[in-house]
Amino acid sequence: MLVTQDSQAIPNSYFKLVPFSLTKWNSVLVLLSLLFSIPLAVILGSLFFPQIEVWSHLADTVLSDYIVSSLALFLGVGFFSLILGVIPAWLVTMYRFPMSRYLEWALLLPMAMPAYIIAYSYTGMLDVAGPLQSSIRELTGWQYRDYWFPEIRSLGGAITMLSLVLYPYVYLLARAAFIEQSTCVLEVSRTLGCNAANAFRRVALPLARPAIMVGLSLVVMETLADYGTVQYFGVSAFTTGIFRTWFGLGNSLAAAQLSVLLLIFVAVFLYLEKRSRRQAKFYNSGSRYSSLMQQQLNKEQGIFSLVLCATPMILGFIIPIMYLMNLALDTYSEVLGKDFYMLLFNSLSLALVTAVLALCIALFMAYSNRNTHSSLNRFLVRFVSMGYAIPGTVIAVGVLIPFAWFDNTLDAFLTEHFNISSGLLISGTVVTLIFAYLTRFLAVSINTVESALVKIKPVMDEVAKTTGINSANIIKRIHIPMMRGSLLTALLLVFVDVLKELPATLILRPFNFNTLAVRTYELANEERLADAAVPALAIVLVGIIPVIIISNSISRSRAGNDPENDSGK
Amino acid sequence: MKILFILFLVLFQAQINAAEVNIYSARKEALIKPILDEFTKETGINVNLVTGKADTLLKRLEVEGKNTPADILLTVDVARLVRAKEKGLFQVIDSAVLEQTIPEYYRDDENLWFGLSLRSRVIVYAPDRVKAEELTSYEDLADSKWKDSICIRSSSNVYNQSLVASMIAHSGLEKTEAWATALVNNFARSPKGGDRDQIKAVAVGVCDVAIVNNYYLAGMLVSSQDEQVTLAKKIKLFWPNQNAEGAHMNVSGAGILKPAKNKKEAIQLLEYLVSDKAQQWYAEANHEYSINSDIANSKILKSWGKFKADKLNLSLLGKYNADAVLLMDRAGWK
Repeated sequence: MLVTQDSQAIPNSYFKLVPFSLTKWNSVLVLLSLLFSIPLAVILGSLFFPQIEVWSHLADTVLSDYIVSSLALFLGVGFFSLILGVIPAWLVTMYRFPMSRYLEWALLLPMAMPAYIIAYSYTGMLDVAGPLQSSIRELTGWQYRDYWFPEIRSLGGAITMLSLVLYPYVYLLARAAFIEQSTCVLEVSRTLGCNAANAFRRVALPLARPAIMVGLSLVVMETLADYGTVQYFGVSAFTTGIFRTWFGLGNSLAAAQLSVLLLIFVAVFLYLEKRSRRQAKFYNSGSRYSSLMQQQLNKEQGIFSLVLCATPMILGFIIPIMYLMNLALDTYSEVLGKDFYMLLFNSLSLALVTAVLALCIALFMAYSNRNTHSSLNRFLVRFVSMGYAIPGTVIAVGVLIPFAWFDNTLDAFLTEHFNISSGLLISGTVVTLIFAYLTRFLAVSINTVESALVKIKPVMDEVAKTTGINSANIIKRIHIPMMRGSLLTALLLVFVDVLKELPATLILRPFNFNTLAVRTYELANEERLADAAVPALAIVLVGIIPVIIISNSISRSRAGNDPENDSGK
Repeated sequence: MKILFILFLVLFQAQINAAEVNIYSARKEALIKPILDEFTKETGINVNLVTGKADTLLKRLEVEGKNTPADILLTVDVARLVRAKEKGLFQVIDSAVLEQTIPEYYRDDENLWFGLSLRSRVIVYAPDRVKAEELTSYEDLADSKWKDSICIRSSSNVYNQSLVASMIAHSGLEKTEAWATALVNNFARSPKGGDRDQIKAVAVGVCDVAIVNNYYLAGMLVSSQDEQVTLAKKIKLFWPNQNAEGAHMNVSGAGILKPAKNKKEAIQLLEYLVSDKAQQWYAEANHEYSINSDIANSKILKSWGKFKADKLNLSLLGKYNADAVLLMDRAGWK
């Protein structure tokens, strides 16, 4: 009923795949995708240099451990992020209950928290030497071995920590999808006899599935690429193996090959997910978007919903923030200075520039893809958006190599012919850094933009064209307003991701250039969490400002919402 | 026109005065910048700094090749200095000051890299559960009497790799592997956290003995957080292997890169870093021993008394680094 079969809705010719078409836009798209494919290609290139000895050592000793732990992380974090993301998104979108207006944006807050910071914070609180267990021992007179307490630094702990900071990706995309959907379909489903739970399960969920899956795939990619948390928790995940091979054995080729394995795993997962919903394309077929009527819940239901939605936010944000603030009280006077504002400025400007660029590129790619239907394009865009699954350090090397090669080649050429040395022109500048961010985070913006774009019926474009509107105007007057929520989401996600980004920044940054994340990491890594607390808090605070702004505009972005008479207020 | 001329002069002046030296440093900013600033203040030479993990900096140097802007690579472990040497990144330094100040076992035999500060990987223990007489050496910790009582961090950590490499150098691969396997059997818990975490674990009774770098214990003792001080005071330091070769030592050190454009300034900086003043700073800021003859320059270092330091040529730690990692994998040391 809600599922529009391709063949019915769209002329057959629309989906005919052209292997390659050489229009102007198309060639720009191909060039752009190729450019951002370079780092991944460099990493794939490692496969041409087999490292038999290292691989057989790994297979004999630790590889199975790595695979088991990473699979457990993948399944665990994936599962909990879905639960913590989708259910609250549905509740705050469809119902009114105590605090629901605040929870709408507060649920996003943990997103601003870098995973390694929440890991350090909870370890500080819950570890055997931490305040909680110490007071248990003091109060009861027990010794360490006399009582049981969950070990925070364990596989389970890592799953919990990562889920708590990653679920907002699912939440954000799910909510945007729930908001964008037409109320009509829900109303119709209710008149057809669906109760609320059924309307959610059978109507809203399938409609939002592409968006939820985007959120989920971001979550699992980030999980698999995480190094900071698993390393600190002593979990032998796949990334542990990558860096051990590189740093410990000094073999960066084998490390790159391990990353390729990670990449293949994610590619297979994404492919299977996509295939499982291939038969059905979901479009917002309703054209009427009346205001979303939020249903008022009764007292018990309301409190139940409140607890359900507040828990992940409290655990993922409030508690670690309070802990960090407590630490920061001791140290802030030493940390806040001219130097600190420089960090703030660097982080903020990098995040802003990258987010805007990523959105522009993603829009361009998504559109060229939609309009040309060339299978090569599709493949390239897919390929580019795989960068998220690779640990930042490895991506950074994939960026480092071609840039330095370019600089050195240019330098050699100029020296030979003109006797001018250009040195390293772009390597070691912020350009390289932003390029690396884009390579890593384009996945986020492309997926988010595409998930919104696929919900717009191609028929709408056709109709618009017959009325004489040109493509640019279709985008401006029809698509952008329909996708506003998702576009803002894309912007926000990349912004926050760059703000938190550490490994690529660490390797690629220019001289005397630091960010909040670098400072936080350096201090936390020296086990000086108290000193790290202030820059860590700054990352979170800078991150939540756009979270709140954008969350508000997403609420207001619903098509059919009259901006003058805003029902969201 | 006049203004342009003055502007030109100013810019030109700036060009002349801009003596500088560029460092890629695996030592974190907070633990090196203050002394670099001091150097700039005294000499007028600007120091530009990028910090990062040693191996990623090595990679960056490798791919940047002869156009790299870096003059110096600074690391916190000798294994990475040796790796940089093997990759052919360093050039020979001819400096009487460095050669006279730094004992030959703490620098490269071809003068490609130099140790700048000295630290030891020591045993710490809980005096309420362990008597100092029960402790002797790293080797002894593999004895079954220490079952379930040892804490140590992951084998991914380079300090552990260097310790194991030193044991390979002293007693060979086979013996060391047997030792590591037995040691893993004595672990009180699967390795996690950093060195401070191991100290805390001993203090609260998760384990009785841990192996850590000396400056972490010192850092906790002078911490601004009371609970860190309280925990650190509950444990004691033991100098291992005093009746044998001595306690395992490691250096933070540096080498000058082949393409260095500011070689003169770079040498000047390295010489400054081994000066008495800088060595005093290393001790006060991070509780490291002086690179020449294990001088204790801080109150805490003095309180730990004199000890016998292993005089193993540190190049060997680099040589056996990969062997150490493979060995620890086989031993099941996570």
